[in-house]
Amino acid sequence: MSIIYLDNNATTQVSEEVQETMMPYFRELYGNPSSMHTFGGQVGREIRTARERVAALLDALPEEIIFTSCGTESDNTAIRSALAIHPDRKHIITSRVEHPAIHVLCAQLAMQGYRITELPVDKNGLIDLENLEKNLTPDTAVVSLMWGNNETGVIFPVEKAAQMAHEKGVLFHTDAVQSAGKIPVNMKTNVIDMLSMSGHKLHAPKGIGILYVRRGTRFSPFLIGGHQEKGRRGGTENTPGIIGLGKACELADKNMQKENTEVKRLRDKLEKELLARIPQSRVNGDTVNRLPNTTNISFEYVEGEAILLLMNELGICASSGSACTSGSLQPSHVLRAMGVPFTMAHGSIRFSLSIYNTEKEIDFVIEKMPAIIERLRGMSPYWNTAQSSCASK
Amino acid sequence: MWEYTDKVKEHFLNPRNVGEIENPDGVAEVGSLACGDALKLTFKLDENKRIKDAKFKTFGCASAIASSSALTEMIKGMTVEEALKVTNQDIAGYLGGLPDEKMHCSVMGKQALEKAVENYRGAPPLEAGAKIICECFGVTDKEIERAVRENNLSTVEDVTNYTKAGGGCGNCHDAIQQIIDQVRSEPKTDTKPKLTNIQKIRLIEETIEREIRPSLKHDGGDIEIIDIIGNRVIVATRGACSTCKASDITLKHFVEHRLKEFVSPDIVVEEVAK
Repeated sequence: MSIIYLDNNATTQVSEEVQETMMPYFRELYGNPSSMHTFGGQVGREIRTARERVAALLDALPEEIIFTSCGTESDNTAIRSALAIHPDRKHIITSRVEHPAIHVLCAQLAMQGYRITELPVDKNGLIDLENLEKNLTPDTAVVSLMWGNNETGVIFPVEKAAQMAHEKGVLFHTDAVQSAGKIPVNMKTNVIDMLSMSGHKLHAPKGIGILYVRRGTRFSPFLIGGHQEKGRRGGTENTPGIIGLGKACELADKNMQKENTEVKRLRDKLEKELLARIPQSRVNGDTVNRLPNTTNISFEYVEGEAILLLMNELGICASSGSACTSGSLQPSHVLRAMGVPFTMAHGSIRFSLSIYNTEKEIDFVIEKMPAIIERLRGMSPYWNTAQSSCASK
Repeated sequence: MWEYTDKVKEHFLNPRNVGEIENPDGVAEVGSLACGDALKLTFKLDENKRIKDAKFKTFGCASAIASSSALTEMIKGMTVEEALKVTNQDIAGYLGGLPDEKMHCSVMGKQALEKAVENYRGAPPLEAGAKIICECFGVTDKEIERAVRENNLSTVEDVTNYTKAGGGCGNCHDAIQQIIDQVRSEPKTDTKPKLTNIQKIRLIEETIEREIRPSLKHDGGDIEIIDIIGNRVIVATRGACSTCKASDITLKHFVEHRLKEFVSPDIVVEEVAK
C-alpha cells in the first residue's frame, strides 16, 4: 500500500538532495571539526557553509545562528537565557496556544515562582496585540509567541509584537518551527531577538535545530561544556545534521514560491472539497493569516482517533486534536483556547501538506474521506438525533 | 500510535451488533459528546429471560468501538444476572487487553450494561448519593472506589486511565489519592459519596438539558458547553441569548444557580469570549 503523507507538521521526509549532501559525513568525513588535523578541520568549513545557508533563509548573519539538537532545545534555551540575563524580572508573556516546548516549560517556571501571562486567542485563533501591550510590565523578562501554529497553521503578527515588546524594553522570542521555510522570514526587517527552528519540519533530519540570537543580544547558554558554537552551545557538532539542515534551508528558499502557490492550491482544494462533500464540518482557525500547507477540519459527531485509524487503513497519514489521540483525555489545548466546542474538537483532523504531495494524492483523499466519516457517523448515537434536528430547522 | 491488539483492530474495523433494537427490554446511554466517548446500549430478552440480542451505538475512539462490540458479543445468551457479572476486565480480556490509557473504554461498557439492566428492572438510577470527585469528567467517588477495588489500582494515574477521573484540570488528584488510600487501607470504611469527573460532566449536561435549556429555548435562545475546567463551566450563548443584553444576568442567576443546585455548590458559569 502506498502512503499518502499529509502529516508534514509532525515531521517531513528528508529530501533526496539533503540525504546525499549528508552521506559523506557519516563514514568518510567523520572527523571532529574541532580537531587540529586537516581530516577533522575540513568538516568545519562545511559547517560554515551550512551556517551561511541557514542565515540566508532567514536573512540573518551567520554568527547569529546557533545549532542545537531540536526546536524544543532552542525554545528552552531562549526562555532560560532571557531569564538568566534579567534575574530581577519574574514575568513571562506567552499565549494559550503555544507548543508544549514553551507551554510546559512555562508551567514549570510558574511553580518556581515566575508569573506567566498566557494571552488568550479569539475564535479564529488570533491574538489581540492591544492585550499584549497591556500586559507588558517592567517586570517582564521575555515575550514568547509562536509564528505559525502547528495545529491550525494560524500565523501570529510576531513582527509587530516584537516591536511592541522592544518599546517596553522586553526581549522577544518566537517559535518559528512551523513557519520557517514555509513563509518568508526576514530577520533584517524585524526586531525579533530570538527565533527557534527545527530541521525535520523542512526536509532535514530529526535531531537538528537552530536558535537564532540577534547580534548584540545578551545570551546565557543552556548546555554548558565545550567551546562549540562560540561557547553558546556545548557538545560536539552533529555534523551530518548541520550540513543536511544547511542544504534543506537552501532548498526551502528555492521552493518558497512553490509552497505558497502549488502547495497552497492543493491545500485549498482539499479543504474546499471536504467541506462541500461532508455535512457538519468546519475549518478551525483563521483562513487568511495561515500557513499555506495546513488545514484543520472538524467533523462533528465522530471521534478523531477513529477517523485516523480508518484513514490509516487506506495509507493516509494525518493528525487529530481529539482527546483520545493524546492520552490526555482532553481535546487539544489549541482548539479549546479558541472556544471550539468539545463536540467539534473531538472530531478534528489536521492535514499538513508538503511540496512532495501530488494532485492525485489529494484527489484520493477527497474521494475517500466522505465514506469514512459517514461510516463512523452511522455508529454514533448522536448522529441520527443531529440529523433530525437539522431537518426540522 | 496506540498499541492495539489484533482483536481490538478487528472489532473496530468490523464491529458486531451496531445499531439500536426497537422496543428493547433494557436501554442505557452513558458518556457524552463532551467526554469524547459515549455509548448507547440496547438489549432484548428471549422467553427464557436470556439476552437474545444486544446492539450498540458508540461515539468514540477505536477502543471504545471495539469494547462496545465485544460487550454485545459477550452478553448474548446470558441472563441479566450473569451479564452483570461481566467486569470491565472481562471486556478488556476478551479483546486481548487494552492500553492502560484506554481502560476507561471498557469501564464505559460495564457502566452501560449496569444501567441498561437497571432500566430493564425499573430500578432507580444507580449511585444515588454518589458525589462527583473529578469535575472535569463527572466521575463519582463510587465509580473511583469500584475501579480501585476491582482493578487493584494504586496511583492517581491508574485511576485516570480507568475512569478518566483526574484527567482534566487535575484539581481532584488529592481527593482521588484519598479514595485510593481509603480503599486500600480499610475497604470496609464507609465513605461519604462523591462525584467523579465523568459523572460531573454528565450531570452538568443533564442539568442543562433538563432544567435550563427548555426555558432558554422558550425565549428563542440556547446554550452550549464549550469547556469544563474544574468547577468552571465555560458556555456560549446561542440564538436570542447571544444578542440579549441581560444574558449575563441569566447566566449568573439562572444557569449558575441551577448548576449549583443540581451539580455542586462550587460551580461557576462563565461565558466564552465573543
